[in-house]
Amino acid sequence: MEGDIVQMGAYIGAGLACTGMGGAAVGVGHVVGNFLSGALRNPSAAGGQTATMFIGIAFSEALGIFSFLVALLLMFAV
Amino acid sequence: MATETHEATGHGAAEAADVGMPQLDFTTYGNQIFWLVVTLVVIFFVLSRIALPRIAAVLAERQGTITNDLAAAEDLKVKAVEAEDAYNKALADARVEAQNIVNATKAEIKGQIDDAIAKADADISAKAAEGEKKIAEIRAGALESVKVVAKDTAKEIVAAMGGKADAKSVTAAITARMKG
Amino acid sequence: MATEAHGAEDKGLELVFHPMDQFIVKPLFGDGGVGTFTITNVTLWMAITVLAIVALLVLGTSGRNTVPSRIQSIAELAYGFIRKMVEDVAGKDALPYFPYIMTLFIFIVFSNFLGLLPGAFTTTSHIAVTAVMAMAVFLAVTILGFVKNGFGFLSVFWISSAPLPLRPILALIEVISYFVRPVSHSIRLAGNMMAGHAVIKVFAAFAPMVLIGWIGVLVTPLSIIAITAIYALEVLVAFIQAYVFTILTCVYLKDALHPHH
Repeated sequence: MEGDIVQMGAYIGAGLACTGMGGAAVGVGHVVGNFLSGALRNPSAAGGQTATMFIGIAFSEALGIFSFLVALLLMFAV
Repeated sequence: MATETHEATGHGAAEAADVGMPQLDFTTYGNQIFWLVVTLVVIFFVLSRIALPRIAAVLAERQGTITNDLAAAEDLKVKAVEAEDAYNKALADARVEAQNIVNATKAEIKGQIDDAIAKADADISAKAAEGEKKIAEIRAGALESVKVVAKDTAKEIVAAMGGKADAKSVTAAITARMKG
Repeated sequence: MATEAHGAEDKGLELVFHPMDQFIVKPLFGDGGVGTFTITNVTLWMAITVLAIVALLVLGTSGRNTVPSRIQSIAELAYGFIRKMVEDVAGKDALPYFPYIMTLFIFIVFSNFLGLLPGAFTTTSHIAVTAVMAMAVFLAVTILGFVKNGFGFLSVFWISSAPLPLRPILALIEVISYFVRPVSHSIRLAGNMMAGHAVIKVFAAFAPMVLIGWIGVLVTPLSIIAITAIYALEVLVAFIQAYVFTILTCVYLKDALHPHH
């Protein structure tokens, strides 16, 4: 019984941790959207900044991956 | 957790039984790290000894070829421009030449025409002079004839009137009259 | 998951969810444990990776054609892509380190793509693998920074363009973020690979629903479409993660070579 409650808590925690991935999705969308609006204003400067955009995406996505990892840990490792 | 599912349903797959998260199974870390290091070292030597120098050489060679081709194209372009210049120059020369010939011919023809005109003028004036001379002769001839006819007529008239005409006085009279 | 399995129990069939089974490291021959030198599926797929790399970069370029064949132009494209990235991001003086970065990139990109083959084992989905690479990058960059700049390398934490009162706080943040680098660097790659493959496996587990109940008529096509869509996304992710890993390596290398902001 106690084990069941612990498992329930772990599953609920995993589900809650997944909300963090939504935040990462918002962040990535924000990065790309802003890049695009800037790029359309000044297309000649856009080419050189693609690498910067990917770095930005990588940073914001990493946090989403962290929350995904927490979810996985709760599901499988706890 | 997977274990529990399988035990509960009685369809347990034995090999999957001990799975939590395989990534956190520390007993396999040594194995993975060992093979990873081997792999990376192999890849690094393949790349740095064979692949990258070869690709760099190919790219450099291509760059060289492209540069040479561009230089050759540049040369050819210069040559083409030179040829065009030469052509234009030849054309201009030919035009000048043609103009010269035209001018020369014109001058020559004009000279000939002038000569012809001068000659014709000379002929004409010679002919006119001759004509005048003839007219003068004819006039002179006519005067002489008139004198002779007048003498004869005067003699005849004098004779007919019964007088004896002295040839000398008649001639003098006629000459005086004709002068008058 | 457990509920699904129980619900299907009375039909004699069940949905089998083993999304993480594909990541199990197991010996290729025999049933023994996994020792350090055991030949495992990790060995197999890393060997396939090496063979694929040799096929592309060595055999593909063996013609040395001035007008490249298709394979050769792919190899040249990869070469030019990484070389330009190193030059643009880390600067011209980082070019001596280009072979190391190329090694990392080509290994990751091939592992990611080979892992997408059905039934394949994705070596880059393991934190052990990515952590070794990230730690190698981290240590190499740190040591290089101290060798090239002496203690001047510490100025990477001291942001001279910020107002003076803020600098200690920023320095603290910079130090923390510096040491988090290898963690995020490795978990980003492993997490992305793991997540994509696990999601595909979960959808794949729904696919035999049509054998279990009438609802499967709806669920099975949906799950197959979902697998296709996620697979397409994973193809993109496989490349982008290799790209991101490489470009972050270049960024860290730039910090080591030019620590002054």
